[in-house]
Amino acid sequence: MTVTPTDTTSFMPDPDERGRFGEFGGRFVPETLVPACAELEAAFVEAWADAAFTQEFHELLRTYAGRPCPVTVCSRLSSQLGFRVLLKREDLNHTGSHKINNVLGQALLAKRMGKKRLVAETGAGQHGVASATAAALMGMDCVVYMGEVDIKRQALNVFRMRLLGAEVRSAMSGSRTLKDAVNEAMRDWVATVATTHYCLGSVMGPHPYPWMVREFHRVIGDEARAQCAELLDGEVPDYVVACVGGGSNAAGIFSGFADTRARLVGVEPAGGAAIGRAVPGVVHGSKSYLMQDEFGQVQEAHSVSAGLDYPGVGPEHAHLAQIGRARYESVTDAEVLDAFELLSHTEGIIPALEPAHGLAWMVKAKDELAGSTVLLNMSGRGDKDVAQVQAILDGDPEALSTMRP
Amino acid sequence: MLLPYVTGGYPVDEWPRLIEGFAAAGADAIEIGIPFSDPVMDGPTIQEASSIALAHGSNPTMVLDRVAEADVHIPLIAMTYYNIAYRMGHNRFADRLVQAGIGGAILPDLPLEEVDDWAAEADRAGVATVMLAAPTADDDRLVRVATRARGFVYGVGLVGITGERAELAASATEIAGRLKAITDKPVVVGLGISNPEQAAEVSQIADGVVVASAIIRRMLEGGSVDDAIGFVARLRAALDEV
Repeated sequence: MTVTPTDTTSFMPDPDERGRFGEFGGRFVPETLVPACAELEAAFVEAWADAAFTQEFHELLRTYAGRPCPVTVCSRLSSQLGFRVLLKREDLNHTGSHKINNVLGQALLAKRMGKKRLVAETGAGQHGVASATAAALMGMDCVVYMGEVDIKRQALNVFRMRLLGAEVRSAMSGSRTLKDAVNEAMRDWVATVATTHYCLGSVMGPHPYPWMVREFHRVIGDEARAQCAELLDGEVPDYVVACVGGGSNAAGIFSGFADTRARLVGVEPAGGAAIGRAVPGVVHGSKSYLMQDEFGQVQEAHSVSAGLDYPGVGPEHAHLAQIGRARYESVTDAEVLDAFELLSHTEGIIPALEPAHGLAWMVKAKDELAGSTVLLNMSGRGDKDVAQVQAILDGDPEALSTMRP
Repeated sequence: MLLPYVTGGYPVDEWPRLIEGFAAAGADAIEIGIPFSDPVMDGPTIQEASSIALAHGSNPTMVLDRVAEADVHIPLIAMTYYNIAYRMGHNRFADRLVQAGIGGAILPDLPLEEVDDWAAEADRAGVATVMLAAPTADDDRLVRVATRARGFVYGVGLVGITGERAELAASATEIAGRLKAITDKPVVVGLGISNPEQAAEVSQIADGVVVASAIIRRMLEGGSVDDAIGFVARLRAALDEV
């Protein structure tokens, strides 16, 4: 079923009282955590309706994170590809990605709830750095769990987190990547729930996280909508494109355009395409699409980008895919590296490997996109990835082993 | 009541022998763990046993087939994570448990608000859905959890994950007492019960105890299946003195 959005009815409403987006979402957590999830939900609902809270949040986004970030028109890239390319520049935010929006919201909320300690999981390290930053800003303790494999891939971000005063703990189990870091963070939270807030980094996990994290990132879509209106004579772009691992930057930018005619496209890595495979499952607190074997064992995702190396996806994306309001495509690691270089050469913008997925799809789909206007969420900057990409381009065998066909 | 735990698939070839061995050593029921790739309620010991089992090809079908062959006459309870049941399908999973001679199921990531669909199928098939009751719940919630529980109520002995603790958490006897005050169903406490003394202490209030990591750790450290069975016999002796 494909929905053609022509009216202003929102396709991204709040979840129902059980935290469901259609049939996806929910709160599949150990009994120990149920009261904490309920308390968090109540605190978020109350804070989000409180003008003093939202004012403080937006003030921090403005004076600390550096928002609003601009929309950049890419003239050279546009003439090369044959369609108009706009970038929402989340890469220009403090800490280098969109992740700062969510952590400032959650850290403010944690403080309001009287929690003194944050735990977080991280893949590429961007959410870990953002969490460590927010904890430093608000004088909270912070422990970041990171897969052992990712600690190697993202050494610079590990040092950044430590410099910011966070403790980085290695997740040694399973695939030793993002999914295992989530497991460790949840285990920590199960044991420390009275004093600790779990600062989850994507639109996943138990209710209210998928909804709350989307709301904290809504600013991406709201800003972009107004900026596009100015650039496009009141119009919206024909396509809004974002990469999808858990899906937080995509949820943020989609939420600004869900009620318009813009086509929404999420781009997954081929080796981590949970929506592409479309098998429902339950892990990390919610029901969504999940890469798993015939027995329900969660499979390991493989992507050159540590930030998208996740076998699940946020439940609202599963829902948007199911109702046809957004479509989800996938690209290979090699296509992503080409896009990484392309944007660097033509526009002087080195993207993170994650949003390079979005661009990689745009290059692949250039016939379909010809003559249209495409807004890509440039969710993070590439500084963290430069050493890894250099090693891959130099043919370093260990770096090449992070690539999948 | 004494409920020792077995990981389905660890030690790799010998694990089925633990079931009959534990029964002979005086277990009142046995918890059979079906390994899952992402066990968020489990500490390092159970995680390691699960990983070893999975790496050697353990899967739910294999575990249930082997359990079906066990010659025991005490209740068996499956312990796994919800995605295993969800993937197989609620009705199929419930029927497979019955075929394996398993009368109950513990799904620690399926709390009260999410349990209805599964519990309806389990009730139909005659599988008792054992509910976890945590120290973080208020009394109103404990009542609702106990009401939905079948077989027994599983009191979570501490705020945390599975694993041994040097000292018995005060929360273990506390949750036992709180549950005994609100339900007539048997109250079994698990998590953090590491030795015969702790098992005996909790059993003064609770109707039973689950011991898991303390058993598995002995084998991970090189102990034999018979060592594990001997440990269960010592737990039995301690409970008999209560």
